[in-house]
Amino acid sequence: MDLFLFLTFALIALGCAVNLVVQSHPISSALSLIGVMVSLAVLYLLLGAEFIAAIQVIVYAGAIMVLFLFVIMLLNAGVEERTRKSKLVRGLGLPLFAILLCQLAYLVYRHFRSAAPVQFGKFIGSTAQIGRALFRDYVLPFEVTSILILVAILGAVVLARKEVS
Amino acid sequence: MMPFLLLAAVKALVILGILLVTLVYIQWVERKVIAHIQCRLGPFRVGPHGLLQPIADSLKLLTKEDLLPPHAHKFLFLLAPFLAVALALISIAVIPFGGDVEIFGVKTSIQLTDLNIGVLFVFAVTSLGVYAIALGGWASNNKYALFGGLRSAAQMISYELSLSLGVVGVLLLSGTLSLRQMVDAQAGYYWGFLPRWNIFQGPWPQAVGFLVYLTAAFAETNRIPFDLPEAETELVAGFHTEYSSMKFAMFFMAEYANMITVACLATVLFFGGWHPPLPESWGIHYLPVPLFWFGAGMLFYHGRGHPPGKQRLSMQVFGAIFFLLGAAFLLGPVRTLFAGPFWFAAKSGFFLFLYIWIRGTLPRFRYDQLMNFGWKILLPVGIANVLVTGLMVALFG
Repeated sequence: MDLFLFLTFALIALGCAVNLVVQSHPISSALSLIGVMVSLAVLYLLLGAEFIAAIQVIVYAGAIMVLFLFVIMLLNAGVEERTRKSKLVRGLGLPLFAILLCQLAYLVYRHFRSAAPVQFGKFIGSTAQIGRALFRDYVLPFEVTSILILVAILGAVVLARKEVS
Repeated sequence: MMPFLLLAAVKALVILGILLVTLVYIQWVERKVIAHIQCRLGPFRVGPHGLLQPIADSLKLLTKEDLLPPHAHKFLFLLAPFLAVALALISIAVIPFGGDVEIFGVKTSIQLTDLNIGVLFVFAVTSLGVYAIALGGWASNNKYALFGGLRSAAQMISYELSLSLGVVGVLLLSGTLSLRQMVDAQAGYYWGFLPRWNIFQGPWPQAVGFLVYLTAAFAETNRIPFDLPEAETELVAGFHTEYSSMKFAMFFMAEYANMITVACLATVLFFGGWHPPLPESWGIHYLPVPLFWFGAGMLFYHGRGHPPGKQRLSMQVFGAIFFLLGAAFLLGPVRTLFAGPFWFAAKSGFFLFLYIWIRGTLPRFRYDQLMNFGWKILLPVGIANVLVTGLMVALFG
């Protein structure tokens, strides 16, 4: 059952990811990305990390992608223009891509061959544990990140503000 | 495995049935209440006091022509209403309607499933709901619909933050994300009479958090005074301008289902779920009897001098039904089974009535007012409430 669910949602995630690149309309691409996010959330859930799964949906699918969609709709972005594909890309791109995939597969096989496969619920990521880890063990990086984000927000506000003459 | 599946299926069917009936009749209640606020009678022709009006409306919508506007994005145009309804109905699965009960020797709780991230699940599903409206508006290839979709995307992102912040205080007090455990944490009474609901609970009662939640919930469900996505005076009908027939009805259903979810969540988070407002030892579970009988008395009284006609006895018939309902609560087993759901329904029903009441009272915000209010008032108040609650819990919790 675990394996079946894993394969289903992994395939959905992969399919959506490929669709994201192949689609020519930005809205369709954005929707595929939402599909990837939601299937990833299901994969987290299969591992027993329910908090991460919920946050994945709330933050990525529910907030960030809505903003993407909002901007695409606001700018009324049209269909992507396809330039004539260069021969170099067609000739070299695919073989290079295949080689990269082989390398990755080899590395994974070499280093993680003996590792036991992850099973449902083995990874315990309860809300309390994540909270404890964030606010006790990693409190400094966590707070530094929050300051970084605050700086980014302030920068965006300053840049976007209308000049008062 | 089999008994579990059977039990889950039965519970799902019962809850779905109740939810759909409520969905259909909340519209009748809304039209009636709005009508009486405006000194009208409301629907009156179809059935006694217009009671069959929702069914007539559904049949009408079913038989209308289903239009597909030219140059619309076909797939997304069809997907949007389905997404709206599916997401609106899913979140009801984690709402606990009552405590543990035993029916025919089967022990179960009146709730479909208890997730230990129940609150987050509801928020995750709600946050996806915006896609239905935004995509529906965009796919229609209509400028009014597009503006409606854009507005709703902006509005729902802005108010979702306040919605979550209003709830964080409750999470700090109860220390769990499971809705059932939250309700359990609100059992008991201060000084023997004041319920330990989160809105009264120490060390920091969540009254401010509740107001933030309630306001944001109105915006999140696109209801007056925040129904900018479908402002008729500016946008024809907003995001569903191009929708007709059943697809329009599905958007309609989704809006009311979201209202019900939000009202149930307010009950669970702030008002103690199925716990009665006074201790059981005071005989509070007998209160439904006089309440129903009072309703029956009112119906008999007003049905007295009804002019002869088809609807002459309708008041009396409903009075008799209310009388029987009240009498049923005198029976022990009925009381133990239905007292919890009764209190839950009473509280949620009040919030649903509040929705309608406010619709009949307040005008619509302007768009800039909406954004200013959300970001400059509601969000800071929500953050302040979280800070104060955190401090109080750390000091006295």
